[in-house]
Amino acid sequence: MFKYVIHRILQSIPILIVVLTLVFMVVRVLPGDPAVAALGDYASEESVQALREKLGLNEPIWLQYIKFLGSLATGDLGVSAITGYPVAKQVVSVLPYTLELTFCAILFGYLLGVPLGISAAVHRNSFIDYFNRVFSLLGLSVPAFYLGIILILVFSIVFPIFPVVGGGEFWNPKDNLRHLVLPGLSLGLLMMAYVTRMTRSAILDVLREDYVRTAHAKGVIERLVLYKHVLRNALIPIVALGGLYAVVLIGSSVMVEIVFSRPGLGKLMVGAIKQRDYTTLQSVMVIYAVLVVVINLATDLIYGFIDPRIKYD
Amino acid sequence: MAEIREPVPVDGVMTIGISQKHRMWMAFRRNKTAMFGGIMAVIIVMVAIFAPVLSPYDPLAQDAVARLNPSSLAHWMGTDDFGRDVFSRIIWGSRVSLTIGILSVLAGLVGGTAMGMVAGYFGGKVETLIMRAVDVLMCFPDLILAIAVTAVLGSNLVNLIITIAIVMTPRFARLSHGQLLKIKESEYVVAAQAIGAKVPRIIVRHIFPNIFGELLVAGTLWVGVAIRLEANLAFIGLGVQPPTPTWGNMIQEGVDVLINAPGISIYSGLCILITILAFNTLGDGVRDMIDPRLRGE
Repeated sequence: MFKYVIHRILQSIPILIVVLTLVFMVVRVLPGDPAVAALGDYASEESVQALREKLGLNEPIWLQYIKFLGSLATGDLGVSAITGYPVAKQVVSVLPYTLELTFCAILFGYLLGVPLGISAAVHRNSFIDYFNRVFSLLGLSVPAFYLGIILILVFSIVFPIFPVVGGGEFWNPKDNLRHLVLPGLSLGLLMMAYVTRMTRSAILDVLREDYVRTAHAKGVIERLVLYKHVLRNALIPIVALGGLYAVVLIGSSVMVEIVFSRPGLGKLMVGAIKQRDYTTLQSVMVIYAVLVVVINLATDLIYGFIDPRIKYD
Repeated sequence: MAEIREPVPVDGVMTIGISQKHRMWMAFRRNKTAMFGGIMAVIIVMVAIFAPVLSPYDPLAQDAVARLNPSSLAHWMGTDDFGRDVFSRIIWGSRVSLTIGILSVLAGLVGGTAMGMVAGYFGGKVETLIMRAVDVLMCFPDLILAIAVTAVLGSNLVNLIITIAIVMTPRFARLSHGQLLKIKESEYVVAAQAIGAKVPRIIVRHIFPNIFGELLVAGTLWVGVAIRLEANLAFIGLGVQPPTPTWGNMIQEGVDVLINAPGISIYSGLCILITILAFNTLGDGVRDMIDPRLRGE
């Protein structure tokens, strides 16, 4: 197992390096001069040149690339030319909000989606199943930002229960939670739809297995069959696909952050694009990619824990 | 050995002697949800095509006197901040969403499938190169990749189609690659190789038709994903630029006047929801139709 973990981590490194190279290239081909973007269109040629020098933009591209990789390795994400703040500090201040939102949505999705999926599969073609199918289809079809707007309209404007915008004070649990409910719901419904659907189909697949029929035949009570034989086997795809959907959620969190004006990586990224703040943009893209690689790695490893048939040799 | 299937009763009729296509169509017709999705999708496409005929007003015509009017007989969905008719703008907005949604998925399907099939068929270094490139692109969540590419290319209709096609390409590549690996060693492919068929012929005549079903299902479902991506980009301000109406930028405009005229955001969002719903149910239906194991369930 340990060997496999090391092997998997080592496997991720080349992909990460290519990802970093891609991000570096994308940011270099963005239209517009970062120095002009920082100083404004009316800045003098001398000041633009001075800033270009300071940002290292006059150096050959390969040297910029090596410096980029080098500073990333030491955790230095550079200084934003627009705000003058170190990007790492900005990222650290908003990252907990994005992670909290995503985690809340995943929790919400699994807590409600798994029981709903099970009941839909067990009572197949019943009213519950039909309701669940319509509900999860709606959940998959509604864009998270639109749901966010509807929730704001209902729960912040018509019935002012929750705050309209902002992320609240992160370390103040009450304030934080109040600001998390609506964004968490907007994103959580999407996750719930995914989880309900895959739980239903995973359970239906397992219900067809011979060992389930055997368990029934030898007189094991229904609930025990469901928990011991069906659910444990169905969990494998449910958890595995959960990792995949966590990646989708991280992407969708951008929209939720924007609708609710919540601090977060997504809001930072979109702000960076609009202000042409290339240092920040580059760093945020790197963080997103690292998050995805880590989630994929974690999903692979969790597989082994829940499925004893998988041997890491 | 090819599996010999038992005749499947569809609509209570045994289907011996009925062609595969006809059988699929009967299965599709029986699936009410799929039919609903299909009919909705056709209606939405029709609305987009006949937008000039259907819209009661010019979507760009401003009227300073009729700003933020509520729903009325003259303006079914009210007017926006510039006094433009929301209903007409929604009808015209369907064009952008559908054009980008359908064309980007088609482009992604062609590009991604070609990449996936070439990688799977030839294996070796070609496969490593192509599939690792796909892995790299898949390291970015869809929207993040789309935002980055839009920032590079700029946001007009053609560039948005290219952007979303770039996001869709790795998905199709991975799908077609996986499917191809499944059937690569099957007898009919080996037989075609044995009688000396050329590689392009094997890929086009023997492999592609057998993985087309999966691609069609995914493509239909991913039209919904593409439409949502376009709406997301438009909402952020990176989509087709105003005053051209798109559902995404209409929601965005509506948010500014949410308290006074919630209808603008609500109606535009509903259109996105219904369109994605239509393609999702259609995709599900096509899957049930193609996969014989699900037929009749």
